[in-house]
Amino acid sequence: MKPSNIYILLTAVVALVVAGLSLFVVDQRRTALVLQFGEIVRVEDQPGIKWKTPLVQNVKYFDKRILTVDATEPESYITSEKKSVLVDAFVKWRIADVKQYYISVGGDEMRAQTRLMQTVNSAMREELGKHTIHDVVSGEREKIMTVLREKTNADAQKIGVEVLDVRLKRVDFTPDISDSVYKRMDAERKSVANELRSTGNAESEKIRADADKQKQVILAQAYRDAQRVKGEGDARAAAIYANAFSRNPEFYAFYRSLDAYKQSFKNKSDVMVIDPNSDFFRYLKKGAGK
Amino acid sequence: MALNDPQWGNKKNGGPPDLEEMLRNFNRKLSGLLGGKGGGNGGGSGSAGAGIGLVAAIVLLVWLGSGSYIVDTSERGVVLRFGKYSETTEAGLHWHWPYPIETVEVVNVGQMRTVEVGYRENTKNKMLQEALMLTEDENIVEMQFAVQYVRQDPKAYLFNNRMMDDTEIVRQAAEAAIREVVGRNKIDFVLFEGQAQVAAETTKLIQNILDRYQSGIVVSKVAMRNAQAPEPVQASFADAVKAKQDKERKKNEGQSYANSVVPESKGQAARLLAEADGYKQAVIADAEGDASRFKQILVEYNKAPQVTRERMYIDMMQQILSSTSKVLVDQKNGNSLLYLPLDKLIQSTGPAATPLPEPQPAAKPAAEPAPQPLTERSTRDMPLGRDRRERP
Repeated sequence: MKPSNIYILLTAVVALVVAGLSLFVVDQRRTALVLQFGEIVRVEDQPGIKWKTPLVQNVKYFDKRILTVDATEPESYITSEKKSVLVDAFVKWRIADVKQYYISVGGDEMRAQTRLMQTVNSAMREELGKHTIHDVVSGEREKIMTVLREKTNADAQKIGVEVLDVRLKRVDFTPDISDSVYKRMDAERKSVANELRSTGNAESEKIRADADKQKQVILAQAYRDAQRVKGEGDARAAAIYANAFSRNPEFYAFYRSLDAYKQSFKNKSDVMVIDPNSDFFRYLKKGAGK
Repeated sequence: MALNDPQWGNKKNGGPPDLEEMLRNFNRKLSGLLGGKGGGNGGGSGSAGAGIGLVAAIVLLVWLGSGSYIVDTSERGVVLRFGKYSETTEAGLHWHWPYPIETVEVVNVGQMRTVEVGYRENTKNKMLQEALMLTEDENIVEMQFAVQYVRQDPKAYLFNNRMMDDTEIVRQAAEAAIREVVGRNKIDFVLFEGQAQVAAETTKLIQNILDRYQSGIVVSKVAMRNAQAPEPVQASFADAVKAKQDKERKKNEGQSYANSVVPESKGQAARLLAEADGYKQAVIADAEGDASRFKQILVEYNKAPQVTRERMYIDMMQQILSSTSKVLVDQKNGNSLLYLPLDKLIQSTGPAATPLPEPQPAAKPAAEPAPQPLTERSTRDMPLGRDRRERP
């Protein structure tokens, strides 16, 4: 083997080794911290291929993406009306200042998360103590979350972290309060049901009463009209009778009386005790002779 | 999360420490090859050079060949050059500079994904911690829904959020969003009339949150599976719904009563009027008949008053006596202490009566039917006073 070849090879090998030791790649998703004997030399936050002094410097990588801390168990807090609620929240955060982050938590994510959760919890305790449950659940939710984020962010900056979002997930009553809420809901529904039923009854009754009223009015009006018609008939009849009977009132009295007698005595059960001396029996007594 | 994150792991393998290791490996192999050749064939440096060249060419080809990859229709390839984003590739066969210059990550953007909140797989398999939440009026409701989404932007999806699995980030956003939306509304709205609106608002809010994190995820739909009262109060809620129907039923019953009563009374009214009209015509006709009869009799009476009177009287007496029981008692001639068992006489009508001589039949037809209509009239008039009291 020619010595020149060996030199070329050796040079190539040395170049590769040097390159391998001194070049490093920073991924799109990461930031690199270049350390020289434990001292921070520079921060590489742009992705690409980078160079470092071999053997003397070493590199630590940190995630640039948004990270999440999600409370595993909801914590109990006291609201301003002294009710205890279970709240859990998650925090979205990002390593903003790698140097600071490395110095204060040693680049340990668990420590950073614990620190963040502690800050969030104490901020939450303070905020929730100022608000009612109603505020937390509905009216001021957004505002409370903003305040929490600002407070947590202010503290997180000390460890080189930026807090992007603190978001409340569950805001629930503790089980004993939940039970009383269920009881109240139960009672409310029952009263709604009762109200519906009695309104139904009332409306039904109203419709019935109205129908009855209409019926009464219709019948009364019909009766009135009927009586008027009958009256007309009676009047006409009376006029006709009067006209006829007034021609000979005396005879009418006689004629009408005879009718009345006939009507009065027409049953076998009517017993007449008759004196044969009456005018009607004059021939019965006297016999045929005159 | 950091320790078992596969992407973390990949990066560690693909990162600089590996590069160094690879180079060392390569060097070792190369020197091993040279050493072997040197030992076996001392003089042939030319053939050794050719051998080295061949091996190097094969290694180069294999290395270049490892840069080809396939992107499916529903996928996008994201190419990184020395860790820096360089391009996004569409479906098809592609080639990138092989490791360690470029790497590619393939993201599925077409597939519709689903995250279930409040349940898993089946709505009966409830996750009460997720499902129960407070409404604006401090009631508790149970919500179960599914969020459908796609990874719209592969670059944003890969680079902006660290996640093992995108269900986590979507679930967090969904849980926060639904609680916020439900917390703004009253229970009746959430459970009944406002379900669609709650779903729409939740979709918007989830998207908002995800956009805030620049996650590259697009929510296409929130599908409500269940919005109901929690288990302990379900019975009374169901009863309230039933009560609503009961109310409608009662109203309908009332209406049907009204629908039967009013027309019925209209019928009765029509009947009353018709009867009255009938009465009027009848009473007038009766009067005319009676009057006409009287007038005719009067004409004849005027011709011979005495005889007619006598005849009418006798006719009347005949009719009465022939149809009643009678007892002839001659008070002047008989004993004044006459005992008349009237009650027995009434009981045994007919046979006890003393027979009378037969009267002349000639005058009979004239006097007979006259009184009938008059009595009828008087009974017909009776209801006049009575039905006033009978009416309800």
